[in-house]
Amino acid sequence: MNMRIFVSRDAGAVAVGADEVALALEAAAATRGIKVEIVRTGSRGMYWLEPLVEVATPQGRIAFGPVTETDVPSLLDALASNTPHLLRVGATDEIPWLKRQTRVTFARCGVIDPRSLDDYRAHGGYKGFERALSLGPDAILAEVTASGLRGRGGAGFPTGIKWKTVAQTKADRKFIVCNADEGDSGTFADRMIMEGDPFLVIEGMTISGITVGATKGYIYIRSEYPHAVEAMNAAIKAARRGGYLGDKIGGSAYSFDMEVRVGAGAYVCGEETSLLESLEGRRGLVRAKPPLPAHHGLFGKPTVINNVLSFAAIPFILAEGAKAYADFGTGRSRGTMPIQLAGNIRHGGLFETAFGVTLGELVDDIGGGTFTGRPVRAVQVGGPLGAYFPRALFDTPFDYEAFAARDGLIGHGGIVVFDDSVDMRRQARFAMEFCAIESCGKCTPCRIGSTRGVETIEKIIRGERVAENLALVEDLCNTMKFGSLCALGGFTPYPVLSALKHFREDFVPAPTTLQAAE
Amino acid sequence: MTAVFEPSYEPSYESWDETRGAEIIAEHASQEGATLVILHALQEAFGYVPEAAIPMVAQALNLSRAEVHGVFTFYHDFRHKPAGRHVLKLCRAEACQAAGGDALAARAEAKLGISLGNTTADDRVTLEPIYCLGLCATAPSAMLDGRLIGRLDEKRIDALVAEAQR
Repeated sequence: MNMRIFVSRDAGAVAVGADEVALALEAAAATRGIKVEIVRTGSRGMYWLEPLVEVATPQGRIAFGPVTETDVPSLLDALASNTPHLLRVGATDEIPWLKRQTRVTFARCGVIDPRSLDDYRAHGGYKGFERALSLGPDAILAEVTASGLRGRGGAGFPTGIKWKTVAQTKADRKFIVCNADEGDSGTFADRMIMEGDPFLVIEGMTISGITVGATKGYIYIRSEYPHAVEAMNAAIKAARRGGYLGDKIGGSAYSFDMEVRVGAGAYVCGEETSLLESLEGRRGLVRAKPPLPAHHGLFGKPTVINNVLSFAAIPFILAEGAKAYADFGTGRSRGTMPIQLAGNIRHGGLFETAFGVTLGELVDDIGGGTFTGRPVRAVQVGGPLGAYFPRALFDTPFDYEAFAARDGLIGHGGIVVFDDSVDMRRQARFAMEFCAIESCGKCTPCRIGSTRGVETIEKIIRGERVAENLALVEDLCNTMKFGSLCALGGFTPYPVLSALKHFREDFVPAPTTLQAAE
Repeated sequence: MTAVFEPSYEPSYESWDETRGAEIIAEHASQEGATLVILHALQEAFGYVPEAAIPMVAQALNLSRAEVHGVFTFYHDFRHKPAGRHVLKLCRAEACQAAGGDALAARAEAKLGISLGNTTADDRVTLEPIYCLGLCATAPSAMLDGRLIGRLDEKRIDALVAEAQR
């Protein structure tokens, strides 16, 4: 009997003991004389069940979780004797949380061995690439444009238009840059896909290279993601060996190669022009636009710069056609969005679904509320620059325009849940503090305004001239919003102003405190 | 054998040596935009970026010393002196705050007798904030010398601090 067992190697699973479980499985199997093959996959994204152990059966994979080292002997005994085990979740594909999703980008994540090019190809990998080769650049562009794909990094700019601009710009060299500087708290979709399905990112970047006539790509990964760096490097090597990177890729006339570059702990480098500066070896100072990176990007050359999830959506669009992708979604938000449920949440993880699901469904229904069991009071959507939403706005559908209409943003799709113990003054203060720590320093409202913002909110917390200082913070937010080049200074007002607007009661002190202060 | 990836647990570093430094710089200098690549490589070898290396990098890349110094000081990752024997990074971003990270950070500070961003007097432990490890669904999280730990609670943070002090 040769049992195939799947244990995730995703950093989120490793952080809660997946390596120990894999090693214990191996040891326990050896002492029992059971032959096992342990496949280290990416994560399915159900983090409350990690470490998740899946076992291959003729009926499909059966999931157990969360498994600890000490559960391993009893688990193996149960598997060997075909008897029930307490941690059995059931057939993985039938788990409602997974079944409700529309997994397009994450179809393979958690299923395949991310180190194996063969496994990737066996699960439909490089089908998009093959079709792209047969279509040629113009037809690829038409597909990407028709899919309605918008940049998944947060800005939501139409990918097809960006690519077309680069394709039409004449230059001796062009570049493809993948922004994997996923610094927003509450987001981990880029990390998961790089660790769980790295060839998908390579395939997407390669198709982009063919389309715009670029032969070199860089993927800029933040240094906080060592597992993702390792996974991407391994995949790039394997793709080169397999003839999918380098000269005459896949037997075609095209050449494309890429390399990993590692960031150095600067949040602002997630902003595209700052990232380009960093790639060129400079301080990550934001550039003024225009010129657009599409005209004048990396080393002054026309550059496609997209988020990991944007590139990762491309192979499906090419393999299945633009319509198949655009059929998902609502309004101008087409396709699927990998949403990340995080913070104080019972069922946290990666939930990929078509646009249009409401915030309330995501938090209460899919996320199951808080893990502390206390009522949900606030959720921050879209990272540290995203707005805090109260329960009153839980009917907001998850799409770019609907969130913008309520002074929020979906950003990179992260949702951080807070229970009723949250002090929104502290969250507003933190938004300013984070901006002060991470500001590149180019724009005065961001560089200095953020520090003044921290000080002024601290005055409010101390109960000093609250009404006056609240007005001052609002005024300051306006200055930052309109006087900053990039989203760091420009969007820090979102969490601050939304906290002020929707959670006013936290800022206005009880009358006794007010008297004491005056 | 199941593959387990261990990013530089229990790091050990060389002491600064100019010849070795020059070697490292030369190894990467021909890459486009090599400054960060070189600074990373130096820090990986020596545990920090020695001041003496800055003019060497500048010369190799045909940059001014000020330019390289500017890059070096811009990024949070680069150290101008060695860290403690162990580096404990606590995620301080919103998802970990929502999951009780503030209290755990305060607990670690109290146990070590230092605030975030500092090293204990015996040079054993450097305690640092980190803004997001991307483990937001298993928050609060930490990193001890490259090893990731999620779902922190009081017991786990105490164990981590004790491990770092060893």
